[in-house]
Amino acid sequence: MKKWFAWLAIAASVLTLSSCGYNDFQAKDEATKAAWSEVVNQYQRRADLIPNLVNTVKGYASHERETLEAVTRARAAATSFQITPEVLNNPEAFNKFQQVQGELSSALSRLMAVSENYPQLKADTGFRDLQSQLEGTENRITVARQRYIASVQEYNVLARSFPTNITAKIFSYPVKPSFTVENEKAISTAPAVNFGK
Amino acid sequence: MLRFPRLLAFCLFFLLAGSLRIAGAQDFVAVPALTSHVMDQAGMLDEQQRRTLDQVLSDYETRTGSQIAVLLIASTAPEAIEQYGIRVADAWKLGRKGIDDGVILIVAKDNPKALRRLRIEAGRGVQGSLTDAQSKRILEDVIAPHFRQNDYYGGLAAGISALTSLLDRENLPATEKKQATGQSDASWLEVAVLVIMLAVFFTALLLVRRRTTGRNNLNNNSWGNAAGVIIGSILNEAARGSGSSGRGGFGGGGFSGGSGGGFSGGGGSFDGGGASGDW
Repeated sequence: MKKWFAWLAIAASVLTLSSCGYNDFQAKDEATKAAWSEVVNQYQRRADLIPNLVNTVKGYASHERETLEAVTRARAAATSFQITPEVLNNPEAFNKFQQVQGELSSALSRLMAVSENYPQLKADTGFRDLQSQLEGTENRITVARQRYIASVQEYNVLARSFPTNITAKIFSYPVKPSFTVENEKAISTAPAVNFGK
Repeated sequence: MLRFPRLLAFCLFFLLAGSLRIAGAQDFVAVPALTSHVMDQAGMLDEQQRRTLDQVLSDYETRTGSQIAVLLIASTAPEAIEQYGIRVADAWKLGRKGIDDGVILIVAKDNPKALRRLRIEAGRGVQGSLTDAQSKRILEDVIAPHFRQNDYYGGLAAGISALTSLLDRENLPATEKKQATGQSDASWLEVAVLVIMLAVFFTALLLVRRRTTGRNNLNNNSWGNAAGVIIGSILNEAARGSGSSGRGGFGGGGFSGGSGGGFSGGGGSFDGGGASGDW
């Protein structure tokens, strides 16, 4: 009779573990990690493009020193801050990552805006290629971020809804942070247009 | 008794709210169902031209296995063409599974300047030769000059030949039906391993059972029950596993029927690489 109970207990625990979403947590946790690797990968790709871009722009617009230096500095800050999948659950580290990459984005867009003033630079085929690669990579980053947001959403729904939230508590699968709009304030205030220049 | 209608109303409300939300999501331009290599939703080509280009692309697919499609639409507003493009790419899944050699050329004829009118979505597997820079060149140096003269057919034909000649430079695996059989071999292997494992399990069970029968007849039932539960769960997992792997196997290397009208993506993936342009 005792053996019968032992078997039943094993079978029951197998069944309840899988019905409480333990396996789902494994799958979705891995999915978010994979999506995150893609995000990091694309940010790295962008960082790799920058030295060439800066050098090309320097050749035509060397006196735009400030803008060029800002890009170089932002790139150094962004590449020195690495975030591994294990730190993904840490909202503070996540925000820091988002912030350094956001600063690099805005420094880069200033550089691209400045380069519009140099017709010779714009005509340079090397610059054109770099520009299109940068554009493509920015789009890849957008796509990777969207996919990360979607995978985190799926994971978080599992971690917060009943009864799988109990499994999340027991095996410590916390709700993960996700991307937000970087400069919410800047977007919600209308830009000032000044024609009296 | 009074509660029941109230509950019903409550549920109905949520149902309505849900359907409203779906309607809200449909503000974006819908991705058309993939029916041929050249999809003209904007009336930019006549039927003869469309068929010619379609033939070129389906011949290219039978020759190399790579899937290239052209989508002509009126507008992608309010989305930018990049956002629309990745949705199309995710829906169509062009390119062979695992090789990811799909390319989509999108023209949104009446898009405002800010949303761009030309787009190449390059699959992950072709980005070695069809780099973002090359995509940009095809858009701006090959297609745009024709489009400025309102020669849509000429621009698309030139663009397609530029795309195919670039893709030829990529060292992609040749097209062959071997790949499909190779994949089904793998799934047969899985099934064989499973059968062997089950056979071992059953014989072990029988042996143990035979040994215990002499000692205690009461135990028989418990062994049977426990084994039933476990085997049941194993079979369940196996059925689930083989179901999904089967889908993957048959999805790979989708061949177009050409005249048969059956054209579908082979399961390739996209990462948003490519270029946008204008004319």
